[in-house]
Amino acid sequence: MSKEKAFEQEFENKIENEIKIEPRDWMPEKYRENLIRQISQHAHSEVVGMLPEANWITRAPSLRRKVALLAKVQDEAGHGLYLYSATETLGARREDTVDDLHEGRAKYSNIFNYPSVTWADIGVIGWLVDGAAIQNQVMLTRTSYGPYSRAMVRICKEESFHQRQGYEIVLHMAKGTPEQKEMAQDALNRWWWPSLMMFGPSDKDSKHSQQSLAWKIKRQGNDELRQEFIDKTVPQAKYAGLTIPDPDLKWNEEKGVHDFGEIDWSEFMNVIKGNGPMNRSRIKARKAAKENGAWVREAATAYHEKKMKRAQQKQSAA
Amino acid sequence: MSKPKSKNEWPLWEVFIRSKAGLSHKHVGSVHAADHEMAIENARDVYTRRSEGISIWVVESNQVHANNPAEKDSLFEPADDKIYRHPTFYEIPDEVGHI
Ligand SMILES: [Fe+2]
Ligand SMILES: [Fe+2]
Repeated sequence: MSKEKAFEQEFENKIENEIKIEPRDWMPEKYRENLIRQISQHAHSEVVGMLPEANWITRAPSLRRKVALLAKVQDEAGHGLYLYSATETLGARREDTVDDLHEGRAKYSNIFNYPSVTWADIGVIGWLVDGAAIQNQVMLTRTSYGPYSRAMVRICKEESFHQRQGYEIVLHMAKGTPEQKEMAQDALNRWWWPSLMMFGPSDKDSKHSQQSLAWKIKRQGNDELRQEFIDKTVPQAKYAGLTIPDPDLKWNEEKGVHDFGEIDWSEFMNVIKGNGPMNRSRIKARKAAKENGAWVREAATAYHEKKMKRAQQKQSAA
Repeated sequence: MSKPKSKNEWPLWEVFIRSKAGLSHKHVGSVHAADHEMAIENARDVYTRRSEGISIWVVESNQVHANNPAEKDSLFEPADDKIYRHPTFYEIPDEVGHI
């Protein structure tokens, strides 16, 4: 057996036996590329995902809501950083990864190309968008790559507050004045379908799904995750007295799951191609953050060099 | 793995955190920072937002040396056949009780 073949065999055995792959272990080049693509895309989603919520921090209706939203947005920054750190264990360079996003070579979750137009959106984002993210991330705690799995465990611990604060906002508005209830319903109407699309195309149409499942990068298919999310969310909407905007949604006694309507994938494809309401604005904001922060990074480097020089001079004088 | 560093990119630091007195520091991830002081502050913001630590170590990533995983069998093999290093290797009659 060639050396390469032996390594490949060992890799396959580990995957088979649920032994995590760690950074310096041998891995197929395609596995590495696939991971870098998925983890960096995930990291970009955390970072871009701060934008629609940051939009409401200064206008939060109370101090309680404001500290919660601030803490949540800070967490998302942290999530992005855990994940960028995981891509670096695979040999990706941080700056290249970030530039891939800025130059349009890398994607982020399509959901963040929609605007957050009212305060109710902040509630619904926490409830549905973080809810869908949790569904996906709980599955990813069992991913085959060690650093990704560990980042997911950390992230999942932090996410549950995100969804709870969102649902609390939704409940308050849904049980509030008629105008508030209408705002909550309107937000649900706008975010419901994009949230379902967060799980990605149906497995039969998803080009990455099969290989990712075989390598145990992903542990469940898109359709299964989406179904679980719907089944969990329907009673929550009902409790809030809100209506999910899908006339075909109904309980299927036989299968023990909810049937739901056709997803409009042409809209998804259109938004992912860059034609969503916020695509340009999101990338513009990220680029501006990098450019406007450049002087701070340079100043910190210069300060560090100055300190080093001073220490050296002191030493040679002594 | 080691591509040339761009001029502006801050070095990478590995972060280790002691979660409470009595426990060892444990690796949690990495951060970029211009120097070790900033690395500690960044590590605090990234890895201890919910009081997960009482002490932080940072080590520049390029200062960490590790064994070659491809040679781990020959590296660790010498310990595999030394069962006499384990207490169960020794026969003590039951009547003696716990020892
Ligand atoms: Fe997150
Ligand atoms: Fe979140």
